[in-house]
Amino acid sequence: MAEVEETLKRIQSQKGVQGIIVVNSEGIPIKTTLDNSSTVQYAALIHQLVMKARSTVRDIDPQNDLTFLRVRSKKNEIMIAPDKDYFLIVIQNPSV
Amino acid sequence: MASFLIISDMFTDDAVNAFSIPTQWRKCQTAQNSRSCQTRPVHSADVEVQTASCAQNSTQTIPQDQVTEHLCQQNCTESVPPGLLEFLLGVEDFVVEELNKNFQSHAFDGFQANWEDPSVLVSCFHCLQHPSAQEKGLHVTSVCWSSTGSMVVCGYGRVDDGDWITERSCVCMWNVDRGSLCDNKPDLVINVPTPVTALCCHPNQPALFAGGLYSGEVVIWDISQTPDPELAHTVMSSDSHREPVNEVAWVPLQKKGEFGVLSACSGGRVLVWTVGSDPGTLVLNAAYAFIQQQVPHSSSSHFKASGSVGVTALALSPWDPDTFLVGSEDGLLLKCSFSSQTPAAVPADGAGVASRAPAVFSFTPRSGPVYSVHCSPFHRNLFVSAGTEGSAHIYSLLQANPLLSLRVSDSYLFQAQWSPTRPLVFAAATGQGEVHIFDLGHRSPRPAATIAGVPGRAATCLAFSRGNPHLLAVGKADGTVGIWKLSDDLTEQSPREISLLDHIAGQVAE
Repeated sequence: MAEVEETLKRIQSQKGVQGIIVVNSEGIPIKTTLDNSSTVQYAALIHQLVMKARSTVRDIDPQNDLTFLRVRSKKNEIMIAPDKDYFLIVIQNPSV
Repeated sequence: MASFLIISDMFTDDAVNAFSIPTQWRKCQTAQNSRSCQTRPVHSADVEVQTASCAQNSTQTIPQDQVTEHLCQQNCTESVPPGLLEFLLGVEDFVVEELNKNFQSHAFDGFQANWEDPSVLVSCFHCLQHPSAQEKGLHVTSVCWSSTGSMVVCGYGRVDDGDWITERSCVCMWNVDRGSLCDNKPDLVINVPTPVTALCCHPNQPALFAGGLYSGEVVIWDISQTPDPELAHTVMSSDSHREPVNEVAWVPLQKKGEFGVLSACSGGRVLVWTVGSDPGTLVLNAAYAFIQQQVPHSSSSHFKASGSVGVTALALSPWDPDTFLVGSEDGLLLKCSFSSQTPAAVPADGAGVASRAPAVFSFTPRSGPVYSVHCSPFHRNLFVSAGTEGSAHIYSLLQANPLLSLRVSDSYLFQAQWSPTRPLVFAAATGQGEVHIFDLGHRSPRPAATIAGVPGRAATCLAFSRGNPHLLAVGKADGTVGIWKLSDDLTEQSPREISLLDHIAGQVAE
């Protein structure tokens, strides 16, 4: 467990990182550094988006797959690293 | 002896009546004292009490943090889900690398997605006027937006006349969000006995606003109250202002959520008023007086004058509730503290509230009256000042000299105000009728936009709307109020603006 926490701390200490969420394959948050309500909101919405993005990539080319998803917005950037069991969601404000 | 005689006389049986003599032995001793006692009747009384009303109160804070913690703890105590550690270690390096690259990248600088058609023009939305005030030739002296941004309030008076004015005036209101807005007919007109010199809307309550009058009175209006919207006003006394009130502002009091009205007049006094227990009157809460001798002089000022300092401009700091800034008729710019305890060197004329001298720091004086001071809503140290010199000066609270001086106009500047949404933007109203909007992000000292005016009809006041940041209200000396719709580049904050503002604030003045 400590190792998991250590890893999250290392990522959290990167410049501009506002929050980290780990979501399982069903969209349920497992680890979070955000408050409860935003964690639930991020987890549910990002999970849907990743599924949609993945199916888009695979529909275009069945041999291809999604490896990383980045969403740039006016206020921040959301980076999602997907995996078969878990997603890592990192929210960064790159202009602080 | 007697019975012997009877026997000798005749021997008859005789029944002698028994004669008994009650004994007197010890009889005399039994003189009895009889005593009695009686307890007083027991008084009893029944009293009943019944509370007339009952009230029950309870509070409950939302234990939000606890919930989060709970979630975390629950997770912490659970065993690590299988594969989580492997997953995290696997993606960590890559994610960290991407985060670093992203932080250093300038690829998206200045990039804006065009989701909707950008409005590039500053256009006139409405030109509001009140015909009867215009007939009298009154000027718009102050304009402000209600907290929701839907109501624009303007006060009529005069800016050119030094004489004592007694003519009647008015305050007019238009609801900009209303579809049936009629430019020539205000939604509400409040008649006022003397010209209006200052207005300020309540920061939270859209129906409340405070006004200062030429006669020195301070009034609070509540437009939800009909038919007489006047909520409270000051009573003429030795405490109150006896000269025109140049500025009014709502100031938060110690008790959370309560506001008082701060008013400043050319007589050199700044007063704090609260609505008293007596309905309809404002009670003096605190008084501050500015006397030349008590003003902390900065090193660069050479003149020594005496008498009081006529306050012409006032600004509250949105960051520090203890600080307020004052601009004066002779060009002084002072940083003041509400909590100052120094007594002011003024004769106490039987006033109930003793005046205090609030000035703590003096900035480089300007060469003419300062008409406007405004604190930046995005940086705790920055403020802008404007006055008769025609230049806008940007100061830091920490330095006596201005950080930046921008030549705006050859004429007077009546007001300068920061944009509520763009940290680097401020607008200045000039005596030539133009309104210049400056963007400090631009390298050139020229205005980013200019609202043209008619020469000779000064723009006397302006107000950005917090509730509706696309709108700017400009009051003119010809009695009109223009509502201008600003372009997107003047209202949309760009990503690196705050850091640029920090950079400006951190400069050392020359």
